[in-house]
Amino acid sequence: MAITHRARSGDAVGGSKHQRESLWTDAWRRLVRNRAAVIGMSIIVILVLTAILAPQIAPQGFADQAREDHDKVPEWATQLFPTMAGYARISDKYLLGADYAGRDLFSRMVYGTRISLAVAFVGPLISLLIGVTYGSISGFLGGQVDELMMRFVDVMYAFPGLLLIILLMFFFRSTFSNAEPGTLGYALNAMDARFGGMLFIFIGIGFTAWDGMARLTRAQVLSVREKEFIEAARTVGASDVRIMFRHILPNIVGPLVVTETLSIPGYISTEAFLSFIGLGVNPPTPSWGSMISDGAQALRSYPNQAIFPALALAITMFAFNFLGDGLRDAFDPRLRGTQ
Amino acid sequence: MGNPPVKVNPMGRYIIRRFLWMLLVLLVVSVVTFLMEHALPGGPFDREKKVSPEIMANLNARYRLDQPLWKQYFQYVSDIMLPHITTAPPSGSVMDDTLITIQAGNLYFRWMNFGPSYKSKSRSVNDMFREQLPVSMQLGVMALLVAIVIGLPMGILAALKQNTLWDYVGMSVAILGVSVPVIVLGPLMVWILGVTLKWLPPTGWGAKPPFLLGLFPHSLTWDYWKYAIMPSFALGVGSSAIIARLTRASLLQVIREDYIRTARAKGLAERVVIVRHALKNSLIPVVTVLGPMFAALVTGTFVTELIFGIPGLGKYFVTSISNRDYTVIMGTVLLYAVFLVISNLVVDILYAYLDPRIQYK
Repeated sequence: MAITHRARSGDAVGGSKHQRESLWTDAWRRLVRNRAAVIGMSIIVILVLTAILAPQIAPQGFADQAREDHDKVPEWATQLFPTMAGYARISDKYLLGADYAGRDLFSRMVYGTRISLAVAFVGPLISLLIGVTYGSISGFLGGQVDELMMRFVDVMYAFPGLLLIILLMFFFRSTFSNAEPGTLGYALNAMDARFGGMLFIFIGIGFTAWDGMARLTRAQVLSVREKEFIEAARTVGASDVRIMFRHILPNIVGPLVVTETLSIPGYISTEAFLSFIGLGVNPPTPSWGSMISDGAQALRSYPNQAIFPALALAITMFAFNFLGDGLRDAFDPRLRGTQ
Repeated sequence: MGNPPVKVNPMGRYIIRRFLWMLLVLLVVSVVTFLMEHALPGGPFDREKKVSPEIMANLNARYRLDQPLWKQYFQYVSDIMLPHITTAPPSGSVMDDTLITIQAGNLYFRWMNFGPSYKSKSRSVNDMFREQLPVSMQLGVMALLVAIVIGLPMGILAALKQNTLWDYVGMSVAILGVSVPVIVLGPLMVWILGVTLKWLPPTGWGAKPPFLLGLFPHSLTWDYWKYAIMPSFALGVGSSAIIARLTRASLLQVIREDYIRTARAKGLAERVVIVRHALKNSLIPVVTVLGPMFAALVTGTFVTELIFGIPGLGKYFVTSISNRDYTVIMGTVLLYAVFLVISNLVVDILYAYLDPRIQYK
């Protein structure tokens, strides 16, 4: 009985239940002591609230347009961007100005938060789900299966990531939009349209982002697999599934989550990139990437249209980077400043 | 007892094994891309106005698109892989434009025909490799230089002055650096340096084909640099932050090693200890990221090229997909994949060279 108990809560610390909880509380304490991480977390909380309360915060709908108000700028923006003072039509009705189609920039940015945050949360989930499953099967089974599975990951690595995701997006968008009603493609396309084009972005990111996680999980599983407490669990007759879920996974989940948090800014910028080249969200759904792309067309005359969404994107990535860094330091203070 | 088994040069064997693996990977990449592009609905000759079936059949026959898919694939691969030795001089047609043509007497050795572009009728994929690829390469190389020149000193300084203001400021700047993607930094730089201050031209590129040795610009004057500064900085700054953080972490670890203490105990000057012993060893993990980083920079120039109006390969890739320009899609993906596997191989070899403890398996 004593053995099972130890094995179940067997941690790197290898102690009782009390000690394992204190690992997490310890990490939490270190995290909230880290000023940068706290700032990051606060920004993320604000962003999440903005995304949820978008209809309440935004003065207009994201697709509402008044064509005659196109490219209007508020008074204060002409002071920030003095070159605009000469020709820009002033209207203080729009907090940050109106875009080329006469839509309120601020409202679109508020709704754009939803896309970036959705990617920030769903991207890691997909990557963890596929990567951890794949990596732990490979690491746990070992031998030929492991060899074969890892060679496949190597091939995935050799694919130029951006090119693959662009090809995939084209594939989804053009293949499924012509699908017959009643088929899987049609259903997927309908669902994607309901999400404003986000579903395919998630699938695209999921397809391309799991390989690193699979490698890391496998390495972690291998390092834990041979530990004494696993042997102990096996001796008392625990099944493979039980060993995997109760003994191995809880011990490796920390580094995996931290690594995944650090890759969130990558997902956010991938979505922005896809929307920038026109393969992301469906218009008129606003994404910061597509807003920057629209604004960049008129960068010389109306810089506010590209620069405000660009700042929003930078601040969001900043916040997630701060949080990821803080989490890593909190879980393993020796690693401060790596990767 | 007994003599140790005769060793075949392990380095050579390792490289051969890696090379074969590389070929296999490229085979898979090419098959997957080929299947995926042909699974896209529509074809390269679809127009708004319907083309008559006869013309369509002719076009498809001319570009071999009427043949079964596997046959098309093998034709495509053999056009690239199999060298062609002939007495006939190159016809100059886009159909048999080879990347490598060597003349010996009246014999021509011709190799790597990546096929014609289906959309731009007068150009071959090799034309794009000659004219657009060098621009993307130059941009990628310069971005990597920016990344190293900024990142390395910053990381070293932060590590040597750990927990001082230098360290904190340096690492905060590094987080800032990884948080500003090109689509943020690009428009900001164009606006500030290009439009408001008018120091640098906001768009364009300072070199035109043909390029020196097929890659390099002919002259490196200000007229070249003034176009290159903004895009290479915008592209490279994120990577410089990664290098800085990695260098710092690695150097901090190495400084605590026993052999550094030994070097100090021998009475070596601090400078020698740091440069000769600590730095050299701490660069090993940094070198390993340079390969994939370089490949990512060269292949990731799309947005930079779009924002700064640079006539590179990235810009064409996106349009080639929407045009179903099969050969251009394949050519670009293959080229970038070759690039990726070779830079990984070079890094692995370099890695073993820098750290004698590493064994080839």
